[in-house]
Amino acid sequence: MIRVKLPTHLRNLAHVDGEVELDLDHLGEASVSMVLDALEDRYPVLRGTIRDLNTGKRRAFVRYFACERDLSHDPPDTPLPKEVLIGDEPLLIVGAMAGG
Amino acid sequence: MSRVRVLVGTRKGAFVLTSDGKREEWKVSGPHFAGWEIYHVAGSPADPERLYASQSTAWFGQLIQRSDDGGTTWEPVGKDFTYEGETGTHQFYDGTAVPWEFTRVWHLEPSLTDPDTVYAGIEDAGLFRTVDGGQTWQELPGLRAHGTGPQWQPGAGGLCLHTIIQHPTNQDRLTIAISAAGAFRTDDGAQTWQAINRGLKSDGIPDPDAEVGHCVHRIAMHPSRPDVLFMQKHWDVMRSDDAGDNWYEISGDLPTDFGFPIAVHAHQPDTVYVVPITSDSLHYPPEGKLRVYRSRVGGNEWEPLTNGLPQENCYVNVLRDAMAVDSLDECGVYVGTTGGQVYASSDAGDSWAPIVSNLPSVLSVEVQTLP
Repeated sequence: MIRVKLPTHLRNLAHVDGEVELDLDHLGEASVSMVLDALEDRYPVLRGTIRDLNTGKRRAFVRYFACERDLSHDPPDTPLPKEVLIGDEPLLIVGAMAGG
Repeated sequence: MSRVRVLVGTRKGAFVLTSDGKREEWKVSGPHFAGWEIYHVAGSPADPERLYASQSTAWFGQLIQRSDDGGTTWEPVGKDFTYEGETGTHQFYDGTAVPWEFTRVWHLEPSLTDPDTVYAGIEDAGLFRTVDGGQTWQELPGLRAHGTGPQWQPGAGGLCLHTIIQHPTNQDRLTIAISAAGAFRTDDGAQTWQAINRGLKSDGIPDPDAEVGHCVHRIAMHPSRPDVLFMQKHWDVMRSDDAGDNWYEISGDLPTDFGFPIAVHAHQPDTVYVVPITSDSLHYPPEGKLRVYRSRVGGNEWEPLTNGLPQENCYVNVLRDAMAVDSLDECGVYVGTTGGQVYASSDAGDSWAPIVSNLPSVLSVEVQTLP
């Protein structure tokens, strides 16, 4: 089970409180890309809000953090840190600090 | 008794303001979509309970929201605005060629006859349409295929298609405006378009009377006289009597002819409203006085409307989509400011009062007149 923490605006859009918990088929190989696929399958309203609808690229003002590391610039198929895979740490999807 | 519903888009959410026909007591609902930029909220003339809202942020992109109960509840609908075919390039601010790229929906224009059909004007400039209530959107690519597309350049707010005018009886005619490309018209249901900028003169482009490149801020039309168009350009207030084929200036005795919105009285097609702004570099009213100007003769002769509007220390702006009129017997006029005020006049502009005073910066104001 993978824990995902969404920014406030996206929690409101998806009507979720707290963290999202996702069960992936190939948990041991899970990447940011696979997590986002599963997240968007469960909450279609989030399509296009984290990744561009057409290119699939991370939106410029969105960042991925986990285990005190910035994963935003890793290839999206890079396996997630072990602590995220076993559910000890969440994957944080963050709106970049840029004005308000 | 008739009612009015004012739809307000702001930098941090949407608000719905309602009143009876007296327009004295107001109920305020919102913020809807709190924290998001709401560039525009519009109601269907065919079904006033059907509303559409453009919701976006630079962080999380674009959504379109739809309400079937007059703004009480909303549901997100389709948000895929993919250009048709090869996107090509337009000019960037520095004159270099850059590819077309979707940024946001600036303006939603519901069909006059079908609540499921809506036109959307987007940045980078393109015209889209839904015919299924917003579930899917298709580009009407004939506009962007106009041969001048590579010459279009963004205004300060981006390369935005912000004005969509439907002919009241001829569904094949649409008139649109783009900052900073100019005005365009189709007479064949958006298959082909012609630039309609003859008579415009703009100092900010190399050839002041070029076919395209003009920063048109807004165009307004009265449905009883669809060939007469009024335009607030970057500088200059203009008029056309032949559906945009030719334009002439009607700035007349305005204190400044820079501004953003322009509107026409609901029952008097020669009564026109503008909000003069100091200049292109000073986006606030001259002398710190917020004055709506009214012409009762179709331009050139203007009178300041000040009763109830701040006449000192006022440095707000009124953006292009932030002035609207209702169609009650005594025409109401509504103005939203970047300072978060929405002013209403229930006597065609003679006197004004704030409906709300402390909203986030107002991006758009639309009014529905309800039975």
